[in-house]
Amino acid sequence: MLSGISMGQYIPGDSLLHRLDPRTKIIAVLAIAVSIIIFSNWQSFLLIALLTLVALFVSRLPLAVILGSLKSLWLLLLITFLLQAFLTPGTPVIAHGPLQVSQEGIIAATGIVLRLALLILIAFLPTLTTPPIRLTAGLESIMSPLQRVGVPAHELAMMMTLALRFIPTLLQEAEIVISAQRSRGAGFTTGSPVKWAKSLLPLFVPLFAGALRRADDLAMAMECRCYRGGANRTRMSVLKLNTEDYVVICVALASLAGVIALRLI
Amino acid sequence: MLGGAFLTMSAIIEIDRLTHIYSPGTPFQIAALDSISLDIKKGVFLAIIGSTGSGKSTLIRHFNGLLRPTSGKVRVCGIDTADKKQRRNLWRSVGLVFQQPEQQLFEETVLADVAFGPRNMGLAEAEVKERAHEALRLVGINPQEAARMSPFHLSGGMRRKAAIAGVLALKPQVLILDEPTAGLDPQGKQQLMQHVENFRRREDATIILVTHDMEEVALLAEQVAVLNQGRLVMVGPPREIFSRVEELMAIGLDLPAAARLMHQLRLLGKRIRPGVLTADEAEEVIAGLLEEALC
Ligand SMILES: Nc1ncnc2c1ncn2[C@@H]1O[C@H](COP(=O)(O)OP(=O)(O)OP(=O)(O)O)[C@@H](O)[C@H]1O
Ligand SMILES: [Mg+2]
Repeated sequence: MLSGISMGQYIPGDSLLHRLDPRTKIIAVLAIAVSIIIFSNWQSFLLIALLTLVALFVSRLPLAVILGSLKSLWLLLLITFLLQAFLTPGTPVIAHGPLQVSQEGIIAATGIVLRLALLILIAFLPTLTTPPIRLTAGLESIMSPLQRVGVPAHELAMMMTLALRFIPTLLQEAEIVISAQRSRGAGFTTGSPVKWAKSLLPLFVPLFAGALRRADDLAMAMECRCYRGGANRTRMSVLKLNTEDYVVICVALASLAGVIALRLI
Repeated sequence: MLGGAFLTMSAIIEIDRLTHIYSPGTPFQIAALDSISLDIKKGVFLAIIGSTGSGKSTLIRHFNGLLRPTSGKVRVCGIDTADKKQRRNLWRSVGLVFQQPEQQLFEETVLADVAFGPRNMGLAEAEVKERAHEALRLVGINPQEAARMSPFHLSGGMRRKAAIAGVLALKPQVLILDEPTAGLDPQGKQQLMQHVENFRRREDATIILVTHDMEEVALLAEQVAVLNQGRLVMVGPPREIFSRVEELMAIGLDLPAAARLMHQLRLLGKRIRPGVLTADEAEEVIAGLLEEALC
């Protein structure tokens, strides 16, 4: 039930995308995402679609995983399509009472769904190809200039790292507690809202108790190793940009510039 | 199988080519159980051993319907666990004590927690109370005190006992325990297994014990099933299993201390009868050896 893969979970691999610096991936994905949002003609669409396909191909992720990220958001895509198709005025194609689908509506709906699909595919690439710890290290590094204006970049990244680290653990624990209480006949789904809330107690009390105990242990362990966040902290694995990274950043920024140029012409 | 009809009559759990795959069709696919066939007879004390990750916990979760076979069949008390409705009700006859059960306590008092299972069975309030008291007494907790104790203020060992009482209160026909003594002191271990023995005798129950402690296996089990990487590699009485020393060592399992000593003596060239498991038997053998040496 809770097991299996959650959306966008890291898939180990050794592709070019896996090897890139996390900062490169974040910057490139931001640039492409902006391009996807602002492009306005089919030439830019082709450019971006091609770029996305190349990125997906280079990542060597299994097709099932790539389609899986779309599948997990299919409802969003469907609702967007329907709203756009029904609510855009224009020449009616199908009309049924007050409801009508216009030609313009279908074109606009197709356009926006393609845009969204590209966005989803691209947005999942960094999390699919980067271990969470590296991703947060990249975020921290990108945010670090903001430290001067009082943004606690390191603390934020640390919190994110810890949260990410404990999500699988907590899910696993939840699964065990659910199984254990089921074995004593607990039902988690039936009855009135009050009854339902009460039926969740056997799940949440042990789960919270466990999470608090873990947090306590972790704080103690960090304290014991003299953890102090923030200033002058060095890292064991220092992020370093290679030629590949510069090339990828250049390509991403160039296509963003291209899309902007195409829009202005 | 020969005599299959006879076996099925007395088997309370029948497993036929059971395979279980976690997250099938994803890159994280793991075959945790691979084509396991085993009949567990009613009233038997079965120990399941195997190194970490060999699939023990996955196997026992099929016995009370928490997991469904990916392929193959599991029949418990004559019920096919592939049937969803029946599977949902298996907890009434098959009690499962999880690894570290003390982490699943949630009620305000120990008594209320132990009563949780019987209450879910839909029993009358008097019967619920009666069962909870009985289960608490079985594990050596005073029911009157249990009505005032919060499970969150107890020692680990006490909480473990309380959690096990919560399953005993269901009076299951089959009681499954997943490493119940892990992390307890020697005396606590012995006491706990004594409580399980008492329950078994009183209810005539079938016991399935998952454990890493070979002394427990030697002392208590009538049958032993050995898992390795999701496969069932041996089944038999402990004396037979623990005489296959090389095979056990090859899959990372240990012997009971007495059997290990006998094995080492054999390696030194002493002739020792097979099937020595307990300290008493070992003592006898060594006395014999000494006598021989003195003559
Ligand atoms: N919920 C799950 N999702 C995916 N894989 C799992 C899950 N539970 C167990 N596994 C995998 O199945 C295999 C068997 O695990 P299982 O817990 O049954 O082993 P075990 O024999 O009980 O080990 P231990 O002695 O450590 O308790 C392991 O490789 C484990 O990683
Ligand atoms: Mg286990």
